[in-house]
Amino acid sequence: MKLGKVRAVAVKEYRQAARDPLTLALLLGLPTMMLLLYGYAVNFDVRHIRLAVEDRDKSAASRDLASAFINSGYFDLVADLPAGGDLERLTQRRRAAAILVIPESYGRDVAAGRKARVQLVLDGADANTATTILGYAGAVAAEVDVEVERAARRRPAGARAGDRAGLPIDYQPRVWYNPELKSTQFLVPGLIGFIMMLTAVLSTALSVVREKERGTMEQLRVSSLTPGELLVGKIVPYLSISLAAAATILLAARLLFGVVVRGSYLDLLAATLVYLIGALGFGLLVSSVSGSQAMAFQVGVSTSMLPAILLSGFIFPIRSMPAAVRVLTYAVPARYFLVVERGVILKGAGLRPYLEDLTFLLVYAVVVMGLALARLTRKEV
Amino acid sequence: MSLSLYPLWRVIVKELFQLRHDRRMIPALVAGPLIQLLALGYAANTDVNRIPTLLVDQDRTPASRALADRFTGSGYFILAGSVPTSGEVEPWLVDGRAQVALVIPGRYGEDVAAGRAPKVQVLADGTDANSAVVGLGYASRILAQVGAELARRRPAAPLLSTSTQAAAPRAATAGGAVELVPRVWYNPDLKSRWFYVPAVLAMVLMLVTLIMPSMAVVREKELGTMEQIIVTPLAPWQLIVGKLLPFAVIGLIDLLLVTGVARWVFGVPLRGSLAVLVLLTLPYLLSTLGLGLLVSAAVNTQQQAMMFSAFAVMVPMIYLSGLLFPIENMPRAIQLTTYAVPVRYYANVVRGVFLRGSGLAVLWPDALAMLGIGATLLSLASLRFRKSLD
Repeated sequence: MKLGKVRAVAVKEYRQAARDPLTLALLLGLPTMMLLLYGYAVNFDVRHIRLAVEDRDKSAASRDLASAFINSGYFDLVADLPAGGDLERLTQRRRAAAILVIPESYGRDVAAGRKARVQLVLDGADANTATTILGYAGAVAAEVDVEVERAARRRPAGARAGDRAGLPIDYQPRVWYNPELKSTQFLVPGLIGFIMMLTAVLSTALSVVREKERGTMEQLRVSSLTPGELLVGKIVPYLSISLAAAATILLAARLLFGVVVRGSYLDLLAATLVYLIGALGFGLLVSSVSGSQAMAFQVGVSTSMLPAILLSGFIFPIRSMPAAVRVLTYAVPARYFLVVERGVILKGAGLRPYLEDLTFLLVYAVVVMGLALARLTRKEV
Repeated sequence: MSLSLYPLWRVIVKELFQLRHDRRMIPALVAGPLIQLLALGYAANTDVNRIPTLLVDQDRTPASRALADRFTGSGYFILAGSVPTSGEVEPWLVDGRAQVALVIPGRYGEDVAAGRAPKVQVLADGTDANSAVVGLGYASRILAQVGAELARRRPAAPLLSTSTQAAAPRAATAGGAVELVPRVWYNPDLKSRWFYVPAVLAMVLMLVTLIMPSMAVVREKELGTMEQIIVTPLAPWQLIVGKLLPFAVIGLIDLLLVTGVARWVFGVPLRGSLAVLVLLTLPYLLSTLGLGLLVSAAVNTQQQAMMFSAFAVMVPMIYLSGLLFPIENMPRAIQLTTYAVPVRYYANVVRGVFLRGSGLAVLWPDALAMLGIGATLLSLASLRFRKSLD
């Protein structure tokens, strides 16, 4: 393999990429745009839940219960319904996400020390939000429960110091690495893994298939280039574009959202390079099975980008998947890359705790690159 | 009329021939959506359970053990290990062996017995923000229950000032004074799959009726065959409709396909009528096809068309549609921009028809919005397209 020839191919690829400024701008601008979208549009902290109240009791006790929901800060009162109102109408039109139904006997039951049942109707069409609402509502109800019991015990003036209005257990949640639970923090690693799939797999595959489509691949084949020189020359430009995209994400995350890399940049670079070599090899593999650019796009999206989003633990926790799908995730390199990145970027860890993940990425890179080289040299030269 | 319909028919036939000519394209248009549906259907599950939990029990009393059992017995948390002091938690959270640590301080049992409010700490790994929020929610629910039980079981004295032993024991016997009975409509088991699978429909249709036509139109530009078509006596509208209609037809086939898989593979109920779903898909297709045509007028190569329509148009629209992330959680300014996104209305339609069983009486505003946006986009695209032809 002669370096001069590799360089010649690489220079040709660079020129070709430079002649298509729209694609280049997209590759480098996309990460920032996605970061903005995620940073501002994706929020897992559910607030301002639209709550309608159907208070059939209208006693002081029932009003206390309703205001406990509103004062919790999670619920916004959107409607005060008359008894026997049409609840379905509210949920169908998505006016309310939750409806609190307080029965006529609530005040009497509470006063008499009988168990009072309160109904909460939830719009389950958005299962995620409904689960969260259920959690908040359960906590509010438990709080009211304790207060009602305390009141039932008729505490005279001068409550004890430790006897706060809150729950009898002093619950102290602490979140490490991302104390404000900002989605941008946990997003940056996943986004890098995803964008690499776009720049490395899709761009590489499309650029090789384009030469096939236009017949220029044949011209390259009859030149004095060896297949190795041709492939390395084709890969190098996309390697550098991918690294530039990763750097853009880190920079944008820092400037826009104050996300800093807590570990060492060198560790991050090493892990990224290993991951990228696997991705570039996979791009070549995709190009060897696709006859047209549209085809390469479909194959590339289905086998590399979607798994990087869906099966990597980026958005959906792997533990919650069915066993068969969980097995599948072991073949997704983004899964391992994500663990390493979250460790280095958010936890400030070195590479040592993640040697297993890195070993897998390395094996994957070697195998895929070997396969791609074997296929492309055998078929085309 | 028949005079102008015949050339239109010829364009459609040509498009269908072309699609069939690239023999791998048809499987790609059908198998692609299926793969995406299956992947998202099986993988997309945000139900958080079996959170690996590290126990730091510094008390080691029956009371502290009972508390730990409540966590592991809930099904939400599983015991990943235990360490004696909170100083040893860090390595477990760093390498991911545990995602949550339950720290019970040394005086827990004593505090409970004395009727003081005991402290309990829960440490969570926030790198996966979603799981952390849900996990902390579970923890607070468990602690609220345990706290309420302790408050009941506890003799009245510690809670109250010493003079009032006369507390009413009545509520204490019943076990809970106020009970919340949740009724979840439309999705009683709160399966997140029921939330995501209908969303795939909207995405698949975008792939087939936005990205694919934009690439097909640009392909003719790239190959130079567009010029040949321009010199034929076809009217521009015949050319546009002829090019787009086949993709609309494939989109409708995918609609039936996805609905079938959602219904019979994933068990998502179709409570409304299929006819309403098909009818309300038409204005949605108007907007996606219009966007595809707009993109094709702006770019020169297939690669640009793919990148631009997939990542600059489709991805942002998905995020701003409420398909995956609720619009209610977004900041006000971003909520306003979502009104311009046609997918927002289609997300309403899909979830409405599938889960809530809504009909036209509820969904007509969404239909009107999509019709308006679609007509605007398509006329804009046609204008630009005609200009590029002249």
